[in-house]
Amino acid sequence: MVKDIATARNDFPILSQQINGQPLTYLDNAATTQKPRSVIDALTHYYEFDNANIHRGVYTLAERATEQYEQVRQQVADFIHADRDEIVFTRGTTTSLNWIALGFGAQVLQPGDDIIITVMEHHSNLVPWQQVALQTGANLRYVELTADGELDLAQYRQLLSKKTKIVAFTHVSNVLGTINPVQLMTQLAHEVGAYVVVDGAQAVGHFPVDMTSLDCDFYAFSGHKVYGPTGVGVLYGKREWLKKMNPVEFGGEMINLVQREITDFKAAPEKFEAGTMPIAQVIGLGAALTYIQKIGWSTIETQERRVTAAAYQLLKEIPGVEIYGPEMGPHRSALVTFNLKGVHPHDLATVLDTQGVAVRAGHHCAQPLMQTLGVSATTRASFGLYNQLSDVKRLAAAVRAAKEFFQV
Amino acid sequence: MNLGHLSDLYRQLILDHAQHPHHRGQLATANQTVNLNNPTCGDVIELSVELKNDRVADIAFNGDGCSISQASASMMTDLVKGQPIAQVRAEIATFLEMLMNDPEVEGADELGDAAILATVVKFPARIKCATLAWKALEQALGEAQQHE
Repeated sequence: MVKDIATARNDFPILSQQINGQPLTYLDNAATTQKPRSVIDALTHYYEFDNANIHRGVYTLAERATEQYEQVRQQVADFIHADRDEIVFTRGTTTSLNWIALGFGAQVLQPGDDIIITVMEHHSNLVPWQQVALQTGANLRYVELTADGELDLAQYRQLLSKKTKIVAFTHVSNVLGTINPVQLMTQLAHEVGAYVVVDGAQAVGHFPVDMTSLDCDFYAFSGHKVYGPTGVGVLYGKREWLKKMNPVEFGGEMINLVQREITDFKAAPEKFEAGTMPIAQVIGLGAALTYIQKIGWSTIETQERRVTAAAYQLLKEIPGVEIYGPEMGPHRSALVTFNLKGVHPHDLATVLDTQGVAVRAGHHCAQPLMQTLGVSATTRASFGLYNQLSDVKRLAAAVRAAKEFFQV
Repeated sequence: MNLGHLSDLYRQLILDHAQHPHHRGQLATANQTVNLNNPTCGDVIELSVELKNDRVADIAFNGDGCSISQASASMMTDLVKGQPIAQVRAEIATFLEMLMNDPEVEGADELGDAAILATVVKFPARIKCATLAWKALEQALGEAQQHE
């Protein structure tokens, strides 16, 4: 296991390959992160030695699988400072947010109530609320941006009222990199009696996240963005709200007793986990959280800040580059979104790809935000714990090469 | 930095069309308009077509996209303006076949400047950029047929 962050890259087998004859410079970590050997091994080990369906068998193998699965629930709870019965496993952040919107939002909203979201939301924390608003007759209100790419908190305060039932916002913007003041926004929402839902997809894995201090009512994140497998996510909800929340999916294992006409559901979190869950992926998520903890938050945060600051600076120095979101500082997380004047992001990304540099180009599933920024697409470089200054230098050199190629 | 491979995609002819696209704008005389977008990347095309006497009498496009999508739309409008609808349908089929299956498809040499876009096949992530305008035109002709 890693002691030194400089060798962390070696823990990720995929990063040792060449792409288009160049070393892979993977800068699309906000889309998904790569997996360390320990996570890949945990998945293989599970399938080679421990595979059985959980909570059902009376045999030893089933016991073993169940025990490992439930251990990860405790591990996730400890990781975000919650209790085990407040942790529901899902398919990912999108599923978590949909379940909160449909299973809880739809239950508490009345016609004329307000749902407050923000213009920087990913579609996964926007479309579910739009749909629930249509279903319930509630109104959708947007918190807008300030000129420096942060949420306009003065306007947010004005939006809050006795009519506000739900406030849903992202912890970290997947486009702007803005770290939002969750604690303050939650406190203000609670003052008017609203429930707070936080999309943590871009936060967990980059810095410690603590449910006791954030005090939000619901929190969602994905396994595959924290060095774990795809197909598993987490829905955190305060115990009393999970008790109130309805399951959205029904089936095996979530029930106490099924009769011909009615069914008695299990308590949370089991009542939400219908059918066979992604058992291997949950166990892989456990291995990923263990990996993060072994490297340690201060090491991860220091490295990501260093790399992000270098990217911000090197890109800013290139004439024609426009960077979106807050200045480099405590309100910016580990990504830089930008455009090169005169070159469409797709063309730029193709040039970068020929240099082995993988970035995201497009609308980043945030079309209302793109409209607000007045652009149709942008290019995003997003970082993980294994990125080095050399990756950032390759990025900047490739952007300069694109500028030369397209003669802009 | 070696960008040699890139010149396969960005031939001078493609760059010329992208920087100075032909038939950009909106037709006052249009009787078919189609808005199409590529949901994975946000590219948008608004195609307006005037169909008269079984021909594409006039055509224009607006929209926002990368150089491949802009060049492709420009080349397509050059090709089809004034042509009989039946011929345009055949050319759309040839173009889509060229991009999605066979870069050396029969009839590719009759696509005018657009024939050069066969090089996009080497960049699979960009094929949808090249086909957007053609799919919009296919839709415009399809809708016109339904109204007949």
